[in-house]
Amino acid sequence: MRARLIFAAQLLFTLLVAAFLIVPAVLSMLAGVTANYFRGIASGLTLQWVVQVWELYAETIARSFLVAGMTLVVVLAVGVPAAYALNVRGGRLSRMIEEIITLPLAIPGLAIALALLLTYGGFSDFRRSWLFIVAGHVVFTLPFMVRSVMAVLAAIDVKTLDEGAASLGAPPWRRFRDVIVPNARPGIVAGALTVVTLSLGEFNLTWMLHTPLTKTLPVGLADSYASMRLEVASAYTLVFFVMIIPLLTAMQLAADRAGGARSKGKRP
Amino acid sequence: MPLVRSPSVSRAGFVRLCLLPLAVVAAAFFVLPMARIVVVGASGETGPAAYLAILTEPRYRATLINTVLLATATTAATLAIATIAGLFLQRHRFPGRAVLVAMLTFPLAFPGVVVGFMIILLAGRQGLIGDITSRLIGEKLVLAYSMAGLFLGYLYFSIPRVILTIMAAVEKLDPALEEAARALGAGPWAVHRDVILPALGPAFVASGAIAFATAMGAFGTAFTLATNIDVLPMVIYTEFTLSANIAMAAALSVGLGLVAWAILTLARSVSGGTVAAAG
Repeated sequence: MRARLIFAAQLLFTLLVAAFLIVPAVLSMLAGVTANYFRGIASGLTLQWVVQVWELYAETIARSFLVAGMTLVVVLAVGVPAAYALNVRGGRLSRMIEEIITLPLAIPGLAIALALLLTYGGFSDFRRSWLFIVAGHVVFTLPFMVRSVMAVLAAIDVKTLDEGAASLGAPPWRRFRDVIVPNARPGIVAGALTVVTLSLGEFNLTWMLHTPLTKTLPVGLADSYASMRLEVASAYTLVFFVMIIPLLTAMQLAADRAGGARSKGKRP
Repeated sequence: MPLVRSPSVSRAGFVRLCLLPLAVVAAAFFVLPMARIVVVGASGETGPAAYLAILTEPRYRATLINTVLLATATTAATLAIATIAGLFLQRHRFPGRAVLVAMLTFPLAFPGVVVGFMIILLAGRQGLIGDITSRLIGEKLVLAYSMAGLFLGYLYFSIPRVILTIMAAVEKLDPALEEAARALGAGPWAVHRDVILPALGPAFVASGAIAFATAMGAFGTAFTLATNIDVLPMVIYTEFTLSANIAMAAALSVGLGLVAWAILTLARSVSGGTVAAAG
């Protein structure tokens, strides 16, 4: 009897926590398709707010994908070779490099954005372009890619693979392309999904780095929270949920698979 | 100089080449800007003393204390809530459990701004809590646009992350230890106090540090709720944009960055894992 009571109390508590997280999200989704939120659902369902969001903010949505895509391209080109090099080199210098590029995870985005502004604010063409936002997103997301790829590389025997291919006469860049990259793929996929998810939702840096002509989706969201009626802000949030939740799910699945590849590799 | 370069030499060269893009990007967009902000922080009227202003100037010191108190309260509350829920979910199998876990982790991808909006819908002027309280006690309770709102926001932000860490740690606990404790006559409270909670220590440190660093440095939630909440990131933002006190904003940012970094590094050395803030 006592055990049942404790179980019920814990279940109730957990349900309350879940409600705290879910209820506002559901309210916001409903508000986005309700004709008048203050009168409630009874005022009828409508897509007019979503249409209005599209008219007002389609540009920010497109720009967010552009920024995320470009960030991913740069992070792949920089991060994957770097993860390979850090893995095969090892040693203190490699650990130090890893330490440095991981710092942006600990330092608040506001500080990094301020640092970028103070350094490049004078280069007005760069400052005004959407590529300035990409620079910030690259710094912030790069460690996720490097660590994700390094974790997979650490589990497979890169050295033996690499030397095997070398003994067959393959030059280093071909070994990297044909042997290392395919073997690191679970880590690259998991890293890529993380980079895109983080870039699409990034606000702390982007708010400081954007200009009125380079607004991204989260910047637009903040804008709508401050100045639009609740229904429009909610509809905009709904659009964001529709974009980000499939990505988050894919990201978790990919991370599980990369983790699976990792533990499989660890088995003797 | 041998005629044919040995493969190991060309491999070493290739490995160096692989690090080149990283070196360029990290130097240009991180190391150089960080060096610049440290220099700018010392370039104001007071010179390098600006770095002490966060402690000596009463206004900044009060903000720092506020921010640390808020982060401490958030961390303690998140850990308590996530431990109860995480232990429960990992120890019991019941219908609907998977749905419950999904509900508790789905806000993971919400940026701080969206979390702020969630708190407005929950506790804002037209929020649910205000609605319920005005019906129950005839008075509308509005928490969102203050420290209390920020507390709720960081709770919202951190609970999913911490629950995941705690659940993973509970899964790895050795059940034999608990059985041994029980066999020796320990009651359920004693088992929790002496066996389970100590074993979860590293997970508490790691996830608590993330919650703390996030609550110290996150900007989006506070920005959405109200720009006049007296926490460090908002003060940095207003110094920079409204007062154009760029040197002070830089010095405060460096201070904030150092605190966040120190906490995460300390936590990492205690828990042995990798720890990152988010925001």
